[in-house]
Amino acid sequence: MSSLQTTSRPRQAVGYALLVAIALVFLAPLVYMVATSLKPAAETFSSPPTLWGSEIRWQNYADVFSYLPFQRFVLNGVLVAVVGTLINVTVAVLSGYAFSRLRWRGRNLVFALFLATLMIPQDVLVIPMYVMMQEFGWVDSFQALIIPWAFTAFGAFLCRQFFLTVPRELDDAARMDGAGVVRTFLGVMLPLARPTLAVLAVFTFIAYWNSFLWPLIVVNDVNAHATVPLGLQQFFGQQGSQWHLVMAASVISMLPTVVILLLLQRHLVRGIVTSGLGGR
Amino acid sequence: MTSVMPLRPPRGPEHRPGRKPAAADRAAGARRGSGGPEPGRRSWWGAVFAGPHSVGLAIFTLLPIVASLVVSFMSWPMVGERSWVGLGNYSDLFSDPVFRTVILNTVGFVVLYVPLNLMISLGLAAWLTPRIRHRHVFRVLFFIPTVTPIVANVVVWRMLYEPGGLIDATLDSTVGVQAPNFLVDENWAMLAIVAMSVWQGFGYNMLLFSAALDAVPENLVEAAQLDGANAWQTFWRVKFPAISPTIFFGTMMTLITSFQVFAQPFLLTKGGPGTSTETLVQYIYNTGFQVQQLGLASAGAWVLFVIILGVTAVQFLGQKRWVHYE
Repeated sequence: MSSLQTTSRPRQAVGYALLVAIALVFLAPLVYMVATSLKPAAETFSSPPTLWGSEIRWQNYADVFSYLPFQRFVLNGVLVAVVGTLINVTVAVLSGYAFSRLRWRGRNLVFALFLATLMIPQDVLVIPMYVMMQEFGWVDSFQALIIPWAFTAFGAFLCRQFFLTVPRELDDAARMDGAGVVRTFLGVMLPLARPTLAVLAVFTFIAYWNSFLWPLIVVNDVNAHATVPLGLQQFFGQQGSQWHLVMAASVISMLPTVVILLLLQRHLVRGIVTSGLGGR
Repeated sequence: MTSVMPLRPPRGPEHRPGRKPAAADRAAGARRGSGGPEPGRRSWWGAVFAGPHSVGLAIFTLLPIVASLVVSFMSWPMVGERSWVGLGNYSDLFSDPVFRTVILNTVGFVVLYVPLNLMISLGLAAWLTPRIRHRHVFRVLFFIPTVTPIVANVVVWRMLYEPGGLIDATLDSTVGVQAPNFLVDENWAMLAIVAMSVWQGFGYNMLLFSAALDAVPENLVEAAQLDGANAWQTFWRVKFPAISPTIFFGTMMTLITSFQVFAQPFLLTKGGPGTSTETLVQYIYNTGFQVQQLGLASAGAWVLFVIILGVTAVQFLGQKRWVHYE
């Protein structure tokens, strides 16, 4: 209240203008990306820099798909991210329930192990994971892209933490009605957990979609198994000087994540705030 | 891979905002929190429900971490004979001048990146008070690069940094100065990587800090203002201590992830010029999958792990000095 009184109008306006300027500078790389993706090849490097070329070339986007099987990368990326997310959310909601609502021998020990795995950087796991994929005969396969990261422990915490907030009376009421463990879980708990699961699903999807180091290691046949970031890297390697196409490919790779962010911003913000999810 | 490594479980409503994220504390909370162990008999259902996740985690996390320690004591070429070499890989690493360089590069990156990230994110979080019009628009804007693929972010910045790219062209056409060739100039390459990384990364901390600031009780702030504190003093004496647990958490996360920096140098400079921007994870990748010495690479990964554990431990020990839990 008092800072409203002490800060004068003009000063506030200047401050706000500065904030807008900062935001514009911050957005410049993304704006430049979109602008370049629509320029003719010859005009990508112009001085002074221009926002629009002599024409708006949507054709660049079509060209991206004809130089490399980019649609394949997109489909692969969706397949890997969707299946991985489904597995992760399923096992996490089950274990989260077990850690919060069920009594069983060894629960605290297993939970402590889950906690401990969160300390391990995934880069440390990459080498032995690759050896394991060799042993399984999974190198260069979709299961190698999906399975190893489908069991990360975080979802269990998120779900456990949610179930701890559900009033005990709900279980009791279900039990009085004669519902067993499975029916209580499916009929009462699972519907309640839907918002939490949505947040978990979105972050898991984005993490899979953006993953780079692991696909780089485990995929040999890029045309068959590459997801979008790996495909983009390959594309960049081949078309490095064709900046208009590289930028169009970048736009395509960013699009799903930006759309998800804009559509679900409120839920995601809440998810990050309550969970510390998604740190980079 | 980049960020399925989230670390803090959400707080239940019984927890105050900005509670200590320590693991032990969480485990303890499990025993006495609002949920607590529930009434009812012990049964096999717990094992059934927790089974799939536990088995998956055991196979794909616990087994590999143990295996990677074992592999780090072996000569393990991608193809060919494997043999036990004891500490051989570790002594090879530490006598390799390139390894020492990549450690220094990685530390250099962390030392530049982490404070910049924290200052910018905290500064903007403090600026974006609820009084700022359209603050949620700003928050979402700054958050965008944290959800877009790192590879795409990096590729875009490659173009900004190119001679004739946005930065060079802007300087040339306004002040008439040629920009340095950032990515091949030894003095600029690391700074260019840091700048790109800060752009891409600070939005996450900003959001975290901004939400924590929103939760600072209004009466604390008003009391300070009645005592005549100006905005600067109010921030440092009231708000900062109140959100210090969140800042601690953000700092830890940022430190841990920044030691694992890979995609930015890998795609911007390939570690060059020379090895001046090669980082530890890139060294591990090269050793494992270019040179194809998985044993040596595992040893490198364990050095990284120990560094991260050490830094985390130091953070936890140091927190008493500045982190205030109510």
